[in-house]
Amino acid sequence: MATISADSRGLRLAVRYTVLGIIAIIFVFPLVFMLVSSLKPDAQLLADTASLRAFLPVGDISFDNYTAAFKRAPVGLFIMNSVIVTGITVVLSLLVCSMAAFAFVFVNWKGRELVLTIILATLIVPFETIAIPLLLISSKLPWIGLDGLKWGWLNSYHVQIVPFMADGLTIYLFVQYFKDLPGELIEAARVEGATWGQIYRRIVMPLAGPVLATAAILKFLAMYNQYLWPLMVVQEEGYRPVMVGLQYFFQLNRAWGEIMAYLSLITIPVLAFYLYLQKAFIASIASTGVKG
Amino acid sequence: MTKKTWMAGLAIATAAWGSLASAQTALTMWYHGAGNEVEAKIINQIISDFNASQKDWAVTLQSFPQAAYNDSVTAGALAGNLPDILDVDGPNMPNWAWAGYMQPLQIDESKIANFLPGPQGHWGGKLYSIGLWDAAVALVTRQSYLDELKLRTPTLDKPWTAAEFQGALDAAKASGKFKFALDLGMAWTGEWYPYAFSPFLQSFGGDIVDRTTYKTAEGALNGPDAIAFGNWWQGLFKGGYAQATQDPADRDNGFAAGQYAFSWNGNWAALNALKAFPDTLFLPAPDFGHGSKIGAASWQFGVSAKSTHPDGASKFIEFALQDKYLADFSNGIGLIPPTTTAAAMTENYKPGGPMAVFYDLTKAQALVRPVTPGYIVDAKVFEKAVADIANGADVTATLDAAVDEINADITKNNGYGQ
Repeated sequence: MATISADSRGLRLAVRYTVLGIIAIIFVFPLVFMLVSSLKPDAQLLADTASLRAFLPVGDISFDNYTAAFKRAPVGLFIMNSVIVTGITVVLSLLVCSMAAFAFVFVNWKGRELVLTIILATLIVPFETIAIPLLLISSKLPWIGLDGLKWGWLNSYHVQIVPFMADGLTIYLFVQYFKDLPGELIEAARVEGATWGQIYRRIVMPLAGPVLATAAILKFLAMYNQYLWPLMVVQEEGYRPVMVGLQYFFQLNRAWGEIMAYLSLITIPVLAFYLYLQKAFIASIASTGVKG
Repeated sequence: MTKKTWMAGLAIATAAWGSLASAQTALTMWYHGAGNEVEAKIINQIISDFNASQKDWAVTLQSFPQAAYNDSVTAGALAGNLPDILDVDGPNMPNWAWAGYMQPLQIDESKIANFLPGPQGHWGGKLYSIGLWDAAVALVTRQSYLDELKLRTPTLDKPWTAAEFQGALDAAKASGKFKFALDLGMAWTGEWYPYAFSPFLQSFGGDIVDRTTYKTAEGALNGPDAIAFGNWWQGLFKGGYAQATQDPADRDNGFAAGQYAFSWNGNWAALNALKAFPDTLFLPAPDFGHGSKIGAASWQFGVSAKSTHPDGASKFIEFALQDKYLADFSNGIGLIPPTTTAAAMTENYKPGGPMAVFYDLTKAQALVRPVTPGYIVDAKVFEKAVADIANGADVTATLDAAVDEINADITKNNGYGQ
């Protein structure tokens, strides 16, 4: 019996690894194609797409597409802009949304269920429907910066950050996670005389690692992939993010190799960020049941 | 003279120069060419020359990638953040003028009397925009193909008739040498469809809208001529002469790879075709009964309605219309110069130049797209209709539905004030 059980376990493991291997290949192939294509001249790249050579670094391989991409567009500036906007938004979003969720879950106040319902209802409102009103508002708001008071937020980093500091999904993630924390911890702290601020800082947030990672990754991806909003509010090249920058490569005669080189470059920050938070992200998905 | 006196003198001179420089009124300009190094170099040169040529105005440039440009202008208009000078794709100009994004140019029109018609952006009897180039489409093939298939070489005076064109497609298909006889560029969705394909419709005798009133598409887009066009168009795909859906890579490289006998393509792709095959020919559009037609009008410069300095903005545009700049753009990006004098200064369009035929094609066959604010909707409706017909939709029903959609848009916008 022991032998049969071991065999069956081995078979299950083999099937599992085979399926996971196939899934991994399906997900990795586009990345391999992108990286390999970024090293090929256009004619070879297009000719290779019909065969497995598309996934192999063979033929006339060079970094010429990267050199050309940097010549065509300020790639470094676009990546820096996206990293600044995304980084600041992620940090502020984690702070604001976790505080909001804390107030919804742990603090008793009149109307909190209604407010939470309204916030969650915003999840079904597509951004496109509020883009124009948001544009009209943000183009007239005051801002005090280093050069004094200025009216209108267009062409700035803050116009790309502030509207996304809080959102229904991130608040929902924190709310769900906080609800699973043992209530006794909070009660004990209150009995000991801890303030809400202290409980948030010293008890709740140190336990929120997995949900912080999940919220950070989801927010990072959403912000890094922003296209419509920066297109509407940024007219100066100095503030353009990577996705708007991608359009620099879509001329009538498309340089596919340069496009692949640019995509490879702008994918690096996303991959690095994901790999850094991977373990916590998976732990959070397992604990909160958030999928897809 | 002491060192102190020298320093004081220098300071005064610097301040004087600074105040002189700052006496120039700033003009902002938006341009669609970000990512195109050659265009950027030429436009920056024009700006630099203009700023140095006079003391009243100083233009600063903000470039946008073409694919994002129209949306950026629309958003800018909504937010009240348009520049003084902007560029506009020719057929979109009437809409932007009607929507209040643009104001008429303050340019003496006698100065553009020698321009091709395509680059002149008139609407409501006023000049709103002017282009530094035009673009044209031709039927690209090789002399060796015509010889092998025993086909007559069509000329501007005697283009192929519908029957001759059909004969050419039949011969190319029967030869078995090509993947498809004709590359129409179906991979290039968007403005390419109305720009490249509506001239076929017009050559049949139809149109996207009725140009006599611009108040209806009835009869123009669903009359007998339009239905004849639709049937012919569908036959190209049903008959296996062309592909209804096309890989962009085939569009970019298919002709050079010998996959197509004929390619319906623009002058911007001509140099690559010539590089691939020195015996490349650029043939006039076939005549389907109402004359050979090709599209016209490309990007043009105009003044935004928001500009408080339309005189300065117009001065800059007028400055840019010099033949040397028109020739620079043509040499740099292969587009058609709008004057014969500028054409003579170019490598490709001077008499006997490898692409001179495009200048003649534009002059003889070009027809601007419908000059109406409704065009931006008409174009999308037309694009969808020809794509549907290519994919097998019923011709009459599709064109009737397109007419209804265009007419509903015209009604909704109170006839666009026309």
